[in-house]
Amino acid sequence: MCSPRALHPVFYLFPAPLGIDRRTSRLSRPVVACIMSGMDRDDLLSLYRQMLLIRRFEEKSAEMYALAKIAGFLHLYIGEEAIAVGAIAALRPDDYVISAYRDHGHCLARGSDPGKVMAELFGKATGLCQGKGGSMHLVDLANRFMGGYAIVGGHIPLATGLAFATKYQKQDLVTVCFFGEGAVPSGQAHEAFNLAALWKLPVIFICENNRYGMGTPVKRAVALYDNVAEAARSYGIMAERVDGMDVLAMRALMRTVVDQVRAGHGPFFIEAMTYRFMGHSMADPSHGHYRSKEEVEEHRRRDPLVLLKQQILDQALCVEADFKPLEQGVGEIVAAAVKFADESPFPDPATLHHDVMVED
Amino acid sequence: MLLSYREALNQAMREEMRRDSRIFLIGEEVGYYQGAFKVTKGFVEEFGPQRVVDTPITEAGFTGLAIGAAMAGLQPIVELMTMNFGIVALDQIVNNAAKIRYMSGGQLSVPLVIRGPGSAAHQLGAQHSQSLEAWFCHVPGLKVVAPSTPQDAKGLLKSAIRDQNPVIFIEAQLLYGTKGEVAEGEYTIPLGQADVKRAGTDVTVVAYSKMLVVALEAAEQLSRDGLDVEVIDPRTLKPLDLDTIVDSVKKTGRLVIVEEGWRFCGLGAQIAESVYAAAFDYLDAPIVRVTGEEVPMPYSRPLEDAAIPDAPRVVAAVKSVCGAA
Repeated sequence: MCSPRALHPVFYLFPAPLGIDRRTSRLSRPVVACIMSGMDRDDLLSLYRQMLLIRRFEEKSAEMYALAKIAGFLHLYIGEEAIAVGAIAALRPDDYVISAYRDHGHCLARGSDPGKVMAELFGKATGLCQGKGGSMHLVDLANRFMGGYAIVGGHIPLATGLAFATKYQKQDLVTVCFFGEGAVPSGQAHEAFNLAALWKLPVIFICENNRYGMGTPVKRAVALYDNVAEAARSYGIMAERVDGMDVLAMRALMRTVVDQVRAGHGPFFIEAMTYRFMGHSMADPSHGHYRSKEEVEEHRRRDPLVLLKQQILDQALCVEADFKPLEQGVGEIVAAAVKFADESPFPDPATLHHDVMVED
Repeated sequence: MLLSYREALNQAMREEMRRDSRIFLIGEEVGYYQGAFKVTKGFVEEFGPQRVVDTPITEAGFTGLAIGAAMAGLQPIVELMTMNFGIVALDQIVNNAAKIRYMSGGQLSVPLVIRGPGSAAHQLGAQHSQSLEAWFCHVPGLKVVAPSTPQDAKGLLKSAIRDQNPVIFIEAQLLYGTKGEVAEGEYTIPLGQADVKRAGTDVTVVAYSKMLVVALEAAEQLSRDGLDVEVIDPRTLKPLDLDTIVDSVKKTGRLVIVEEGWRFCGLGAQIAESVYAAAFDYLDAPIVRVTGEEVPMPYSRPLEDAAIPDAPRVVAAVKSVCGAA
């Protein structure tokens, strides 16, 4: 088995017992201080702001779904914001990002216009995909967001292809592929892991382990449920687990991993431990037969937004009042996104057949 | 010049790969083995293993990889050792290759060719002997090509490679060794253009790929009985050149469609529906279809022969549509 531990910046600086709790993968206070030392106040507030934008965007999406402005499947990212924001913060604008169907967070973290994202959820002509994609199939090529895909595991080979293309063209780009732990046992994931490892492709697999594939706990779906990264390690891919509720830990790990992958050392697998605070989709209550209210409440105590705010306050880099304008600014952006989506026209039925083929 | 179907395909890819370095070939045994059917003979020597990529036996994985590479600006050619293995990659072909352009509102495209031999060869058994073109034709977002001659194979493959859409290019295993006259130098044949392989006035026969050979053989026999058969090869199955078929039917008033695939929901059913809609008043008799039998392909030779259309069956169908049976 590979020993990726040595690559984690945290382990360069601190012996494991001090630096990180191996059981929870959580950073200790001195480690947080160290990571923050490389970041200024604006960097930290920017991470917070991005997570807040996703949170408020998702809450508003749920409201709009209840008002029937949004239809179909709607999978919210609430609770998992630290993963997309922390990971994407470590990328260059020309790196590729690809995701599964719970994709709003990745798309927004990549810098997509919230108005165009909301308009896509509304099925409007001004949406990112002119209303043809919907919630599960956001694409924003300008921001190198290569799409959300809704067949579990089916986009992981695409990620290896994006990475193959960058390597083929001798571009120093990395591809980041997000998926849930439910995709890990799929055949397509394994085929992709093998190809990525075989050809040393510059791809970073980020498994968002929110512990449930819809209503089935990971324990009942993945043989090695305690350590799903073994699936990648078995192909010789280096892997690391991280606290996916801690945006600083996510970003710190990703910065090291991105450098390594960009330098041509082959793929990497990150298992980010997280929890979705809402149901699987809007059709599913946040708790029910498959998980208890108490369990949800316990995880909510480690809300990634609350955690980052506490870390910042602990280090005395900001005061409570510094967060107020962020809340207001994000609120305005989300309100404007809804207004834009609501006032936008639906697609003209004459566009139905456009873009089936390139010449259409 | 006289070339085999195999050599024509080889030449098409070689010329295109020399022209454009974004084109690469990927599949099982395409490199050092020289291709399971030797279609890519000499490629790894000329273009190197970076552009002639041998894969593990994981069609979903490497087809998906090729789609991703196409999204990022490359022009992949995926060789499926046989089209049967496309079933393993069907999620990638249907859910990704065919839909990505549409789902993205035109932001992304997938310029990709997936090629390999389809239909039955000789006694390869049920899992290696099937004609799946109707499956691919059913999916919006794909083009489907099935050439029958070396000349067509070369010109159509070059067009398929240059096309910016995903193209399923179905070759015929039993035709790889057949020889035919191929034009010298660079040429392409546009996708979506049928070809009248034999002009005639009494009956129109539509056939493609290996069945085109069967149809021509039948036409030859029928001419001795005084029936003048026009044989049309659609060459591209989707988009289908309906105009050429309809023009012919307007002239002959009779149509027989020959396909190797299963009858129910077969491609011929669609062609018949389109012709009925466009030229009903010109038909002097109901359209007749000659198809493969509705069975998994049996191994035993006499059983296999019974399952695949042959010239006598086409002859009988043409005679029946002429009321001469």
